[in-house]
Amino acid sequence: MKNLVEVKNIKKNYGKNEAVKGISFSIEENEILGLLGPNGSGKTTTIGMLLGLLKPTSGEIFINGQKLEGNRIEILEQINFISPYIELPKKLTVKQNLTVYGKLYKIKNINERIEFLSEKLRLEGLLNNITGELSSGQKNRVSLAKALINEPKVLLLDEPTASLDPEVGDFVRSFLEDYKKEKKISILLASHNMNEVTRLCKSILMMKEGIIIDKGNPEELINKHGRKNLEEVFLKLSRSKNELN
Amino acid sequence: MSLTRMYGLFLRHFYLITRSFPRVLDLVYWPTIQITLWGFISNFFATHTTYYNNAVGVILTCAILYDFLFRTSIGFNMLFLEEIWSRNFTNLFIAPMKIGEILTSLVVTALIRALIGLIPAVLLTSPLFGISILDLGIFLFFLFLSLYLFGITLGILVSAGLLRYGPSFENIAWSTMFLLAPFGCIYYPIEILPEVFQKIAYLLPLVYIFEEARNILINQTVDIQNIYYAFLWNGVYFVLSIVLFYYSFNVAKNKGTLINMGE
Repeated sequence: MKNLVEVKNIKKNYGKNEAVKGISFSIEENEILGLLGPNGSGKTTTIGMLLGLLKPTSGEIFINGQKLEGNRIEILEQINFISPYIELPKKLTVKQNLTVYGKLYKIKNINERIEFLSEKLRLEGLLNNITGELSSGQKNRVSLAKALINEPKVLLLDEPTASLDPEVGDFVRSFLEDYKKEKKISILLASHNMNEVTRLCKSILMMKEGIIIDKGNPEELINKHGRKNLEEVFLKLSRSKNELN
Repeated sequence: MSLTRMYGLFLRHFYLITRSFPRVLDLVYWPTIQITLWGFISNFFATHTTYYNNAVGVILTCAILYDFLFRTSIGFNMLFLEEIWSRNFTNLFIAPMKIGEILTSLVVTALIRALIGLIPAVLLTSPLFGISILDLGIFLFFLFLSLYLFGITLGILVSAGLLRYGPSFENIAWSTMFLLAPFGCIYYPIEILPEVFQKIAYLLPLVYIFEEARNILINQTVDIQNIYYAFLWNGVYFVLSIVLFYYSFNVAKNKGTLINMGE
């Protein structure tokens, strides 16, 4: 399988503070990689670097074979991002927001794309609603539609189901599984929901204090650490001293 | 540069304006109030001083020109701040838009915003005060263009500050025009300023623009040199603002401001 994301020894320093201390990983086509770690472990910084919002102090990032540095615009055309901490303009309707982002990503046949996504994400009845007046679950699905408007090859998800009720959360997870299979995209999933990570991710990176302290598939990690589930593994690793690197 | 992407960013703000009546009202309300107020002040001075004897509309014309500058500059800042307030900033900067495309789109949108506010106010001046800004003739275009360039320049400088320092720079966004206004000699000739202030004023394009507006209306002559210096300084500051914006973008990428914007 082809690696759509390759991260080679990236570091990020904020002055004397080392937020990310030289991590390397890759994500294959048709793979969901989980990025776990306690708050302040460097997950957001890593995602920021992958999105070109943060310049690594050193190291290299390749997306779909292209080096991020020097090809930012070409790469941004192929990736997208969803996070509960960023929102779409609240006063615009759902359709207006998707149209705007369709234009920003230079999508041909925007209306067809919006129609397709609204059908897939159960947004048909909401297209003319004001985005700010939607429920959390509806807003989440609109953000997901925005994140898929450009048919990204790489999707970065930061807590995509945070604050969603179980039904909507399950819908989003099922949708992501199906979409990944159908389009063979790579997904990086940062989440604190261990059940979600266990269900979706083929492999996991555990980060702490800017380094990768463990990696493997969920079952391997559970067996390796002699715990009942991934949440217990997470707690063990978060509370212990760094084991790798 | 992609026209589609620039149009997309324009659409985002166009939709916002058309969906919100208070926003349209805000755009039109302040210029109208400002110009009505200065219209009465202008009429008073015209009938009670010798300086303005032959040019009833000098103060009002300068008020309109200043308001255009103010609206352009604030308009540009507002477009940038809207993205921060709506927590859409990160979405914008992870879209495949070049900095040049973002700036061009905002520059055009800011002009449209300024005109939405200014045109109704300008139309009011004729029936209310018997004054037409068109008395400035063809040179009105150059004065407006010069003011537009300076307004945009200030907007870009403030946006560069927002990128570099984050939302805490917002207060500066509102105060830049007030800081420069005394040096701009909007309502009075430059000789009124103390000598030290005059030296500072001559480094700004504003003084040449407003001196020339008064020159045309009062003396009925045109001093091309004023227009030339206005454009010259505008060019210098405009290039400086673009360089600073790119520099701030790079600093923001190093500091992480683009991720945390809005917090």
